Amino acid sequence: MVCCESLTMQPTSRRALLLGGASFAAWAYLPKFARAADDRDPRFIVIILRGALDGLATVAPVGDPDYAGLHGAIALRPDGPNAAVMLDTFFGLHPAMPEFARMYRAKQAAVVHAVATSYRDRSHFDGQDVLESGFPGPGRVQSGWLNRALEALPKGERVVSALAVGPTAPLVLRGAAPTVGWAPTALPQAADDTAMRLFELYQHRDPALASALTQGLQLEKQARGEDMKPKPGAGGAAAMRLVARGAAKLMAADDGPRIGALAFDGWDTHANEGGPVGRLAQLLGGLDGALAEFESGLGARWRDTVIVVATEFGRTARINGTSGTDHGTGTIALLAGGAVNGGRMLTDWPGLKPANLYQARDLAPTTDLRAVIKGVLHDQFGIGERVLADAVFPDSAPVKPMKGLVV
Amino acid sequence: MARDSQAALVALNRFGFGARGGASGDFNNAASDPRGFVVADLSRPNGALLEVPGLLSTPELGKQVFDYQFEVQQARNAARAAQSTASETPPATDARPVERRNLSLPSAAKAIAGNDSPMQAQTADDAKAATAPGATMQPPANSPRPPAEPPNIIQKTFRAEALARLQRGVAAECGFVERLVVFWSNHFCISANKGALARMWSGSFEREAIRPHVLGRFADMLKAVEQHPAMLFFLDNQQSLGPDSRAGLNRKRGLNENLAREIMELHTLGVGGGYSQDDVTSFARIITGWTFAGRNGRLGPPGSFVFNANAHQPGAQQVLGKTYAQEGIAQGEAVLADIARHPSTAKFIAAKFARHFVADDPPPALVAKLQDAFTKTGGDLRALAVALVESGEAWQAPLTKMRSPYEFLIASGRLLARNPEDPGRYLGGLNLLGQPLWSPAGPNGFPDTSAAWAAPEGMKLRLDISAQLAAQIGDRLDSRDLLALVAGDAASPETRRTIERAESRQQALALLLMAPEFQRR
Repeated sequence: MVCCESLTMQPTSRRALLLGGASFAAWAYLPKFARAADDRDPRFIVIILRGALDGLATVAPVGDPDYAGLHGAIALRPDGPNAAVMLDTFFGLHPAMPEFARMYRAKQAAVVHAVATSYRDRSHFDGQDVLESGFPGPGRVQSGWLNRALEALPKGERVVSALAVGPTAPLVLRGAAPTVGWAPTALPQAADDTAMRLFELYQHRDPALASALTQGLQLEKQARGEDMKPKPGAGGAAAMRLVARGAAKLMAADDGPRIGALAFDGWDTHANEGGPVGRLAQLLGGLDGALAEFESGLGARWRDTVIVVATEFGRTARINGTSGTDHGTGTIALLAGGAVNGGRMLTDWPGLKPANLYQARDLAPTTDLRAVIKGVLHDQFGIGERVLADAVFPDSAPVKPMKGLVV
Repeated sequence: MARDSQAALVALNRFGFGARGGASGDFNNAASDPRGFVVADLSRPNGALLEVPGLLSTPELGKQVFDYQFEVQQARNAARAAQSTASETPPATDARPVERRNLSLPSAAKAIAGNDSPMQAQTADDAKAATAPGATMQPPANSPRPPAEPPNIIQKTFRAEALARLQRGVAAECGFVERLVVFWSNHFCISANKGALARMWSGSFEREAIRPHVLGRFADMLKAVEQHPAMLFFLDNQQSLGPDSRAGLNRKRGLNENLAREIMELHTLGVGGGYSQDDVTSFARIITGWTFAGRNGRLGPPGSFVFNANAHQPGAQQVLGKTYAQEGIAQGEAVLADIARHPSTAKFIAAKFARHFVADDPPPALVAKLQDAFTKTGGDLRALAVALVESGEAWQAPLTKMRSPYEFLIASGRLLARNPEDPGRYLGGLNLLGQPLWSPAGPNGFPDTSAAWAAPEGMKLRLDISAQLAAQIGDRLDSRDLLALVAGDAASPETRRTIERAESRQQALALLLMAPEFQRR
């Protein structure tokens, strides 16, 4: 078979991005919530870290007397080489995240600690279902909370620009509200005429494929000419930056999408997680770079932007037998963006004494992640508490939106 | 028997890898006896085995990796020694911010490949070996690295294993057995991206742990998989030590519950299958010591499965309410045998099997039949496959599933009767379409729903690939004839018309490869 000839010659394939496990998708409509009164045009980006981020290794409670013992050889330290960047007198940020540290100092970033979804078991896939579906329990994979939030917004013009990398839109953005996707490749394009003929055939025989194909074609057209070529051999951290750069470029446009979601894979650090340097550090460096790409790529719109970084659950407080951490419960969520009321650690710290750990092994969650997201959706887009409690996060009325997250 | 073109489509596409072109007569054979065409695939002796000259056993491959890594390590040490004498000042303060803004290739690749052994990926070449799924990683013309670098042993092995599998898929008669291999290989997946050993072993794992059992017993496949060095490496069990074992006490290291959890959640019982966190932890203790011998061969032939009693957690353990007091390896084997015949396992496997072959939401009656067949035969996988083929549901359900990228590329190769001689183009296509060979993003394998493979950019990419292929060879082919080979009378009038009215032979072929008759199964 003779296919993909060019791929053997060029490194600009989707491989690097897929290896990086990075994906992005966006809403297909321009919402009508640009706030003419104060010249605000809000942007909202959700970054899902799949695999369960070790919150205690990313924003380390170095002031907690039990932390160093539990996290052992991979614990961050407040001083010495590769020291944590102290966010206050108690919490230190991983040194692989200088951009986030800068945003935090500029009051454009905040950390929510000891946070968790409503899920209390330890399966990645179920945990991601809950995180992304917004339902209290797993198994509801038809639609995501972000999609249902979009449905609550008044529709505007159709947007034809967005970017998706990966085989499907992440669950968080899946659902009735239409989303769109595109992937950068080095493949020569099929002729428009061929595409049109195929589209007509699909319209008659297979409407689902017709819809998928036409979206794929529109997005390709829109994004063509973008500088989306990865550096030769780019993988991992570079792929995260690349996806963020492309997403930011499209979302910065006046007619670009306002709401998007990315997913980065690879956070399941069971073995040799590494401390200030090592495997997790590389991933965090990639995430940090992605946040910086959004800041520079969104330009003037950065000031209207909120990015929420969340993961399905945390990891064990105590390192395991292989210098890594196993599936846990409480973890962190990060907020970044010019619209974030930042420079703050938002936590009701449960402590790491054995009796305070969840099931004697995990950081106990004291904040419901839904409260954080509800707070942002309410402040950023004016989505009402009732809709948030019924449609966006079903059966979550007792979880009140966190106030004051957005400037 | 009367010719049944619609049933032929089911036989060829739902169960098999699609009709072969040339003079194969596949469509006619399938149309005259659809069920017989599929079942015949199950009765070839040793039909699932892949024995190709030059493909080595896991220990032989392991030894090659260890030797290669040792050489790389030596070279690296030598280079470092030379460098440290050359520069006196440590580059501590100036390098850091630059490094973060612009991560180097080896470190980034390493991060994603999850190379956690200090033996691995210490040099750029080695890191590349650990991530490169074939020809797409050829250095570009403008690479700073010398472009003429020959592929290393890991890349060469991966490509040879890939080629053998691709050739078997393209040449197989119906391809049902190969489809079963792909299904079980994805069910018990490893990822070549885990590191050099995983990339080296991804083919031998499938040949040794999956293929011998696809028409055998589930319990045998389960045991072969969980004791295979590739799986032990992929899910970190070679690092897991019993906290009270001699090694655990000496080295102050302990449990890693990754393998134990995924066996229960993904390989057997399924989420909600009735196990608890305590069961996972107990099971993890039970399988401590399941590992493979390293380069020094202290525990056995390098790269072979061994039970390391020094790492094994002593004492009885409880799993799913039953006490396992056996000594040594027998303890874990007893647990595996029990969970293989657990009702949750039968249910989980039956549903997954039906979802793969028939529909995203398979008919409950079909799932019940499969579960029954699995249970009654004690997990006989041939009986499971036969039950699927003999069910009415598998033939009546409309062809709504989307061919996965692998199925699509293999089906194209079959129709165009092109025996792959170089795996690079297939591997590149699979990477592009989001299904890199033997490299799913997580231990749950590649997705198995139509939505996953019919996404907008995926459709656009399939079209681009089809158009490129057609541009290269379409001028020699008449797609009207090919359509008859693909679908016979079952081709829709619209598809027939679209192909007949194409403006060129090339365009006609691209449209044929993208037609619903070729994309759906």
